[in-house]
Amino acid sequence: MSTMPLSSQDLDGFRDVQRLAYRCAETIADEMRPGMTERDVASRMKDFLLAEGADDCFHQPFAWFGDRTAFRGFVGFKHLGGFNPAFYPGLRRLEENMPFILDCAPSRRGYTADIGYCGVVGQNRALDRLMDDLMEYRFLIVDLVRQRRTLAEVSQAVDRLCAKHGYEPRHKAYPFEVLAHRVEKLEDDGRPKHLSLARFGVRNVAELLKDRIKGARDGWSPLWNSKAGSDHPPTPGLWAVEPHLGFRDVGAKWEELLVITEDDAFWLDDEVPQVKRWKARGLWPTADVRAAA
Amino acid sequence: MNPDQTVQSGDLSLAVYTWGTPAPGKPNVVLVHGYPDAASVWEKTAQILSDRYHVIAYDVRGAGRSDVPDHTKAFELEHLVEDLAQVVDAMSPDQPVHLVCHDWGSIQSWEAVTTERMAGRIASYTSISGPSIDHAAYWIMNRLRSGSPQEMSTVARQLSHSWYIGAFQLPLFGPAIWKLGMDKLWPKLLSKVEGIEADANPTQTKDGSIGVNLYRANFVQRLLKPNERRTDLPVQVIVAKRDRFVLPEVLDDLPQWVPNLWQREIDAGHWVQISHPEQVAAMAGEFIDFVETGEETVALRRARRRGPRKPMTGKLVVVTGAGGGIGRETLLAFAEQGASVVAVDIDIEAAERSAELARLLDVEAWWRQVDVGAVEQMEALAAWVATELGAPDIVVNNAGIGLSGRVLDTSVADWDRLLKVNLWSVILGSKLFAQQMIDAGKQGHIVNVASAAAFSPSKALPAYATTKAAVHMLSDCLRAELADHRINVVSVCPGFINTGITTSSRFVGVSDEKQEQLRAKAKQLYSRRNLKPQAVAEAILDAVKKNKPEALVGAEAHAFRFLSRFVPSLSRRLARLDMI
Repeated sequence: MSTMPLSSQDLDGFRDVQRLAYRCAETIADEMRPGMTERDVASRMKDFLLAEGADDCFHQPFAWFGDRTAFRGFVGFKHLGGFNPAFYPGLRRLEENMPFILDCAPSRRGYTADIGYCGVVGQNRALDRLMDDLMEYRFLIVDLVRQRRTLAEVSQAVDRLCAKHGYEPRHKAYPFEVLAHRVEKLEDDGRPKHLSLARFGVRNVAELLKDRIKGARDGWSPLWNSKAGSDHPPTPGLWAVEPHLGFRDVGAKWEELLVITEDDAFWLDDEVPQVKRWKARGLWPTADVRAAA
Repeated sequence: MNPDQTVQSGDLSLAVYTWGTPAPGKPNVVLVHGYPDAASVWEKTAQILSDRYHVIAYDVRGAGRSDVPDHTKAFELEHLVEDLAQVVDAMSPDQPVHLVCHDWGSIQSWEAVTTERMAGRIASYTSISGPSIDHAAYWIMNRLRSGSPQEMSTVARQLSHSWYIGAFQLPLFGPAIWKLGMDKLWPKLLSKVEGIEADANPTQTKDGSIGVNLYRANFVQRLLKPNERRTDLPVQVIVAKRDRFVLPEVLDDLPQWVPNLWQREIDAGHWVQISHPEQVAAMAGEFIDFVETGEETVALRRARRRGPRKPMTGKLVVVTGAGGGIGRETLLAFAEQGASVVAVDIDIEAAERSAELARLLDVEAWWRQVDVGAVEQMEALAAWVATELGAPDIVVNNAGIGLSGRVLDTSVADWDRLLKVNLWSVILGSKLFAQQMIDAGKQGHIVNVASAAAFSPSKALPAYATTKAAVHMLSDCLRAELADHRINVVSVCPGFINTGITTSSRFVGVSDEKQEQLRAKAKQLYSRRNLKPQAVAEAILDAVKKNKPEALVGAEAHAFRFLSRFVPSLSRRLARLDMI
């Protein structure tokens, strides 16, 4: 069913580009100051990635500030099937204590990452709480996939955890209400630049379309959500998983590549900012606690 | 009222009155009156306060038995502050004083607490119905600059309440009306317009006509050239809710200037110290004690203002079934508007979580584990609220469970449990908390969550619909009973709301396997309708704000209501359909 077997060399390639993407988010987040617009920040991220050798992307960098992190109101999930211009970075200016989300998806030499990073210049208690709680989702998702539950069931379990926490699953505002989407290896053609349309990388989106067609034949979908289309066992390969939680005007997310094999699943990299943050705050469970869970 | 002594301030002699005796360690409280009053306006409040404090009041220059300056400029704020400083130095040389001020007394005391002259001489400040003119000027400017029509209309509304300030700038007008009979009319006017009985004030003519100079010497000057006035002193602002002269919105930006701020409310007109002396004295005393001892009462903790003032700031809301669904959303909706909240649920973890979420919205929140179907637990809840937090302003009786299946299949035990949770809890919640509201003189709201099922017969939900119809009728009757106490009862009738109740409802008379299937089907039906609990929370908030008797949520609720009223025969036919 898998479209390609992933060698350890491939995993290293994906890991490297995921680290590049997170380095980009962390570097630009450090430079962020009140008064900058979403567009300023998105273009800084783009410049950073180009300078670091990115030659294509899944989508060009996005930046959302303030209540735009929570996709409330008209941009909420049922409108336009999730396709709406609210994703594009706008002229919203950053203010002190305003939460922000940076999302970038560079490709380099055929390997693609898609990451989400959130933070604040100043303090935001709601954001802190959301970011703390996001840890539970990272464990929940990989645990259920290991139990070979269907992807729809995993996504529904995420919905239920959101309800328990009192959060809105804001990833439902994404196109097709996806919790995750498939990422494929591209051909490394050595060209320094590839075509983007409407800020989405043509080659990566084409891979997604191919998967959609192939998947329809084989009984799986590259768009992982809570619906019937995802009611199939975990499909081996790479998935960019992006739980996005919202509480009133504050949204928070992380996005990472999940590696699914025929009989196992693991996060591609544990050296990501959110994991470091949970460890620094003493939230990361010890091995015993994890084993007991 | 005769002065106990006089204090000299420059050329003027000020009449000073005292209540109680000074003693070491006993706080000295200074009361400053407004316009067109004299120190006598404080008499009732001062007597109550003198039980525990040494109380000092004085006639402001130009008023009562104090001397009258001979020119308008002598009424500028800096001279008024100098007078206060002289009184404080003379009457409390060894310790800083606690100020309690009303109207113009409060306006001039803002000047005293935000300027250098009295640094170290003031321990706390309780301000009633008298904002700083400088703060007001910034408040107006910020709203006009915002360009928002809503903000501008607030400014227009405040200015329309301040018409007399403009009129007092006219030559002759102010003093003339007082000399032409307004002085005699004043007590009657207060009684008619404000509903308060004030004794005739022998110096009324003087207080009214001379005091006009306060406006003439300060208003235009300050409004046009305001200064940024800040203070780190603890400040308690008491808002008179029905004040005809000052809108509470004027205090919206106050935390920007005053980091240590508490804001409370009294349901009264402008002269609260005449109409509600006990409450004014209690609030002032509570604040003074807090500043002296550092012990903050629950009421004060709730009154602490850090961010902008919100519509529900200072209110206490109790919500049952607050661990999820409509209850949690309602709790958060009130918290978002600034209310302190109590999350009640049978599931302690869920209740605690809801309270924690509310705290993220910068309000005080508590949680209690209660089985609302148990009488003694509801009584214990009410007793805990009364002793720990005081009577609530809003109670939302929301907790409920679902039960589906034919009457003939519903056991006595099922009926019993359903009646206890869905009906008895509402009866008790209404009765216990309404009594608390009446005893505390609160014009609160009892919100009972019924259902559109209350008026939609159906063979699928007979027991549930029966309990909800009873809740609906109970609310209608109780509304009539509590109308004289001005307590509003809201009956909430939501349609198909997508909450956890769909997955936890029981279906009687079916196998376990069938039970799961039916639940899944019901869940699908409800999620397809996708009417969210937030919609109910918004409707409840709206009903409370607008004093509505009823809140129907969802088109189906309106449709069922229409059918039950105008086409009952069709309603009866529909009742026979299999819903799922």
